[in-house]
Amino acid sequence: MSETLPSEAQPAPPTAAEPGRDDRNISGVPIRLDGVTKRYPGQDVPAVDDVTLEIAAGETVMFVGPSGCGKTTLLKMINRLIEPTGGRIHLGDEDVTDQDPDRLRRRIGYVIQAGGLFPHMTVATNIGLVPKMLKWDDARVAARVDELLDLVGLDPDQYRDRYPRELSGGQQQRVGVARALAADPPVLLMDEPFGAVDPITRQRLQDELIRIQEELGKTIVFVTHDFDEAVKLGDRIVVFDVGARVVQYDTPERILADPAEEYVADFVGAGATLKQLTLTRVGDVDLLQPTTATVGSDAAAAVAAAQAAGDDYVVVLDRRGRPISWPTLAELTRSPTIPDTVDERLPVVGMRSTLNDALDTMLAASQGGVVVTGRRESLAGVMAVETVMAAIQRTRSGAAG
Amino acid sequence: MTASTGVRPDGAPDDTAPEPATQAADERAAASGAGGWRALVWQPVMLAAAVLAFVVWRLAADLSETESRQLGWSALSRSIVEHLQLTAVSAVIVLVIAIPLGVLLTRGAMRRFSPLIIGVANTGQAAPAIGLLVLLAAWVGFGFRTAVIGLVVYAALPVLRNTIVGIQGVDARLVEAGRGMGMSALAVLLRVELPLAVPVLLAGVRTALVLLVGTATLATFINGGGLGVLITTGINLSLDALLISGAVLVALLALAIDWLGRVVEHVARPRGL
Repeated sequence: MSETLPSEAQPAPPTAAEPGRDDRNISGVPIRLDGVTKRYPGQDVPAVDDVTLEIAAGETVMFVGPSGCGKTTLLKMINRLIEPTGGRIHLGDEDVTDQDPDRLRRRIGYVIQAGGLFPHMTVATNIGLVPKMLKWDDARVAARVDELLDLVGLDPDQYRDRYPRELSGGQQQRVGVARALAADPPVLLMDEPFGAVDPITRQRLQDELIRIQEELGKTIVFVTHDFDEAVKLGDRIVVFDVGARVVQYDTPERILADPAEEYVADFVGAGATLKQLTLTRVGDVDLLQPTTATVGSDAAAAVAAAQAAGDDYVVVLDRRGRPISWPTLAELTRSPTIPDTVDERLPVVGMRSTLNDALDTMLAASQGGVVVTGRRESLAGVMAVETVMAAIQRTRSGAAG
Repeated sequence: MTASTGVRPDGAPDDTAPEPATQAADERAAASGAGGWRALVWQPVMLAAAVLAFVVWRLAADLSETESRQLGWSALSRSIVEHLQLTAVSAVIVLVIAIPLGVLLTRGAMRRFSPLIIGVANTGQAAPAIGLLVLLAAWVGFGFRTAVIGLVVYAALPVLRNTIVGIQGVDARLVEAGRGMGMSALAVLLRVELPLAVPVLLAGVRTALVLLVGTATLATFINGGGLGVLITTGINLSLDALLISGAVLVALLALAIDWLGRVVEHVARPRGL
């Protein structure tokens, strides 16, 4: 945070990858916008005015700005749902400005709010639409559908034949992401996809997206009005002003530490100390290792182990190592074996969640800590509210010093 | 909260239940589906009872010579067949004209003409059907063909309007999602817009059919045949049995067509809605 580079209003020179991320698998291609303009007839001011922007392959770039600033228009010009009135658009080495839009769009995943799923088609049909258009054979489409459902964390056998109506908002959104990824497009455009779900679900979807992106390395352009979301998900953030003027294009850390203009500082918000919580991931802090017990094992032994370790609760794991509840010792002594009841209100975050998410989850559950899960939802540890407080203290003193 | 770790669970209300599959919604849908079927079963049962009552009355009634000639089984079935022909031919023509026209009026630049066309269709329906038929007869000549033309003009509106409304009622974001994933405009129309418009569109078709059955009784005034013959004869000669038989049969026919329409709507309604 202490770097004092001159603030840049112009796009930062895109580097292929951040240091330390060279081992990442990248399947995306760079996007280059060259003087892109959209002028609607009868309006004096262009909606998007001469935007030049380079997005590196495999990066997640967040478009933020006030409503009406043209960020969505700019996004939709990349897949030409809105035809630019000027400028060129390049995908990789290819100028796609004059390409047949339907064929172009089959190479660009597109995710909108609530998934935009077709209600009269099953989950499998929805996901298989683009591969079918690309004339894949049925067996290949079916295999791809199952693979994608797995990728977004939905059991194919359970969800393949459901209709969107039979899914929760979060599940619909997952299917929406799966559908956009169906034909393995190098570029993914996301237009406020998580705007319509509740905060806890949104946080899980964000974690999932980070995980998927780490696996796939697509080039993602993501429009949001939520700056926290931008900080959490983005490798870089573009802050727009009216007419899609690029005010700052930089990493979240640099935008928070060194806003280019008063405008950005205002947009980022005065609570920038707390915003820093969005920069720290749960996986980056030290987690407590609680006493654990597996369902069906001897309760007395678990109680003894917890007492020896000085804990007054035990995290119960199911047979696949996933935490399902965290009873107190008093609760445990009532039964001879560890019960298999699943605690629906167990606060859980992933390793990729931010400290901000963790704090939100604690507050929502009125609890002083959260259970942290790692790979395949297995237990990674427990984080206490004190850890979050310590992080706030550190940023405070860092800002003061 | 105990001091040692500060992370013990307490009895907080449940806010973090993991996304539950909407089982409740399933059950509701299943229930409403069953309710729908129940209504669909009742209507033909009542109809059958009414038809049976008519047949019993016809066999037992003390009829004059003219009445029994008109209500003889062969004359009666000819009237019914004529009536159904008027209805069916007009309906087919209405569907062939109004649905494509309605679709066209929701496409791009044609959209701005839709108020105009709807206005014209509204006028067609607001004009008294009898006046329309007589004027047409004076212009085109008497007979079955003229009756069909008049009926088509009269019944086109509900189909046209419901086609337009049904397609306009499709969530614009779904159309955009379809285009955004690379479906052509035609593919979006055929695979997204029309299937989703089916419930509204078919309701319009059913309305048109019921209107046609009722209005076809007027065809008799321009020599178009149908069950209207019974009614006019009944009025002219003060033969109440004829008049009432005609009216009852038209009503039963309309109800039967309405039922058929509902069955089709039920079957054709896309799953998942």
